[in-house]
Amino acid sequence: MPEITPDVVRHLAGLARIALTDEEIRTLTPQLDVIVESVAKVREVATSDVPATSHPIPLSNVFRPDVPGETLTPQEALAGAPEHDGSRFRVSAILGEEQ
Amino acid sequence: MTEELVRKSAAELGALLAAREISAEEVTRAHLDRIAAVDGDVHAFLHVSNAALGTAAAIDAARGDGAELGPLAGVPVAIKDVLCTLDMPSTAGSRILEGWVPPYDATPVSRMRKAGLVPLGKTNMDEFAMGSSTEHSAFGPTRNPWDLDRIPGGSGGGSAAAVAAFEAPLALGSDTGGSIRQPAAVTGTVGVKPTYGGVSRYGAIALASSLDQVGPVSRTVLDAALLHDVIGGHDPRDSTSIDEEWPSFAAAARAGAEAESLKGLRVGVVKELDSPGFQAGVSQRFHEALELLTAAGAEIVEVSAPHFEYAVAAYYVILPAEASSNLAKFDSVRFGLRVTPPGGWTVEDVMAATREAGFGAEVKRRIILGTYALSAGYYEAYYGSAQKVRTLIQRDFAAAFDHADVLVSPAAPTTAFRIGEKVDDPMAMYLNDVTTIPANLAGIPGMALPAGLAPEDGLPVGFQVMAPAREDARLYRVGATLERLLGERWGGPILDKAPALG
Repeated sequence: MPEITPDVVRHLAGLARIALTDEEIRTLTPQLDVIVESVAKVREVATSDVPATSHPIPLSNVFRPDVPGETLTPQEALAGAPEHDGSRFRVSAILGEEQ
Repeated sequence: MTEELVRKSAAELGALLAAREISAEEVTRAHLDRIAAVDGDVHAFLHVSNAALGTAAAIDAARGDGAELGPLAGVPVAIKDVLCTLDMPSTAGSRILEGWVPPYDATPVSRMRKAGLVPLGKTNMDEFAMGSSTEHSAFGPTRNPWDLDRIPGGSGGGSAAAVAAFEAPLALGSDTGGSIRQPAAVTGTVGVKPTYGGVSRYGAIALASSLDQVGPVSRTVLDAALLHDVIGGHDPRDSTSIDEEWPSFAAAARAGAEAESLKGLRVGVVKELDSPGFQAGVSQRFHEALELLTAAGAEIVEVSAPHFEYAVAAYYVILPAEASSNLAKFDSVRFGLRVTPPGGWTVEDVMAATREAGFGAEVKRRIILGTYALSAGYYEAYYGSAQKVRTLIQRDFAAAFDHADVLVSPAAPTTAFRIGEKVDDPMAMYLNDVTTIPANLAGIPGMALPAGLAPEDGLPVGFQVMAPAREDARLYRVGATLERLLGERWGGPILDKAPALG
């Protein structure tokens, strides 16, 4: 495994859409390195003959009848939005100049 | 009268209310007065409801009209801030949701309202339930009622402290890796993580969806059972909710409290959780409790769970991975905070600035870790391997339950540590949950209940009972028996020994 470097953390922060400061990156890098090294232990026993478990109590084909259910009104759905126009969420520009 | 009322159990309050010896309004007022008197020091609550007295008056009126009410009607309850509530802000301890009032109630909340419980307010927690000390709340730490310089556990430190400080007889918690059981252990209270799927997660702000489970927090085993009976059961709004009938947990707790003997009960001590490097007083009280169980007729068997040593590692891959995905919804568009950075004007700039400003250090740490674990090239090595460890841990449990009806361990490796002691050392903090994490990975139910005070520091020690999936009733039966045996030895509830507050 490549070690966790400030550049790796900066890249991950970009993927996670968090504008970390340089100081946060400096603090996080060694912390994540310790954690990643510690959790890498899972690979010791994860041999190919062991099936993966994604859910502790497996259920399958959980459906409800295909009829309209109770839903939020537009007013309720918009009530917590930082900005809206009464019927839609208002967002910032989706594309930058270079796009 | 106030002091007397707040020290009563929920079961006692329910009986007094049903007999009309007290009113819901009196009980609610007593708890609001208690909150006003002590919460400045404890800081268990992020929000105190201004509707509580009105709700209580409505219950009293319904009772006066002869309405048929449940056993907890009129009993106050505190709600962990991770659960959505229509009439109160729901922040999950995060700035990014500061002031957000959801447009719906979480299912456990709506079921409590229907059963006539009176919501008192919302309790403090580590931000998005990430933590074991409540120090990662964006709104300041909660303090342990046993010693205000110490942590009340986490993430549900607010709920545990609220019941330990007699601010509420009952509370709701959520347990992803021990967030109900570890706070119970360090505050001398009772907490139960039900079987995964036993209580609906609808309206619980998700941390790690395959691990999260909502459950009761209380001072007695019977009270936890009564609340579990109210909030549990199938909910079509949660596709992981188990669609089966559950027995009465209150009946199981009552049967356990009355049991003459534990003859025929096989209690498995998990070798790997039997105090390796744990605090001496924790180990001592745990073994004394085992002796009590033996004296009552239980058979103690040693069982081994060789893969538990990989549980913390697997958990800190699975949890951040699921959390990084669940927390992507905090995007500055539909709810919560929006921060527009200077010079930034695309939605991506706004999103990144919002998440930078709105999330605390631990949340950022885990999102970045989860993003790493899920990124191309590492997915199989980390997330895939952790899921295999999950299978191995389930197999360990299955093998152990072939030899034992319940498994037991200390509920936490230490008593409450000091505020600030571990906050800058994430790995040390993560290891607090070594005893509780296996149950979440396997989906089985677990209970923490008080086992006494550690001789070296006079602080509460927790005892954990675990049962196979769907066998939550065993926790209540065995827990209530042990609670009675310990209470007889102490000459009263453990919280009688806690220092006075206020």
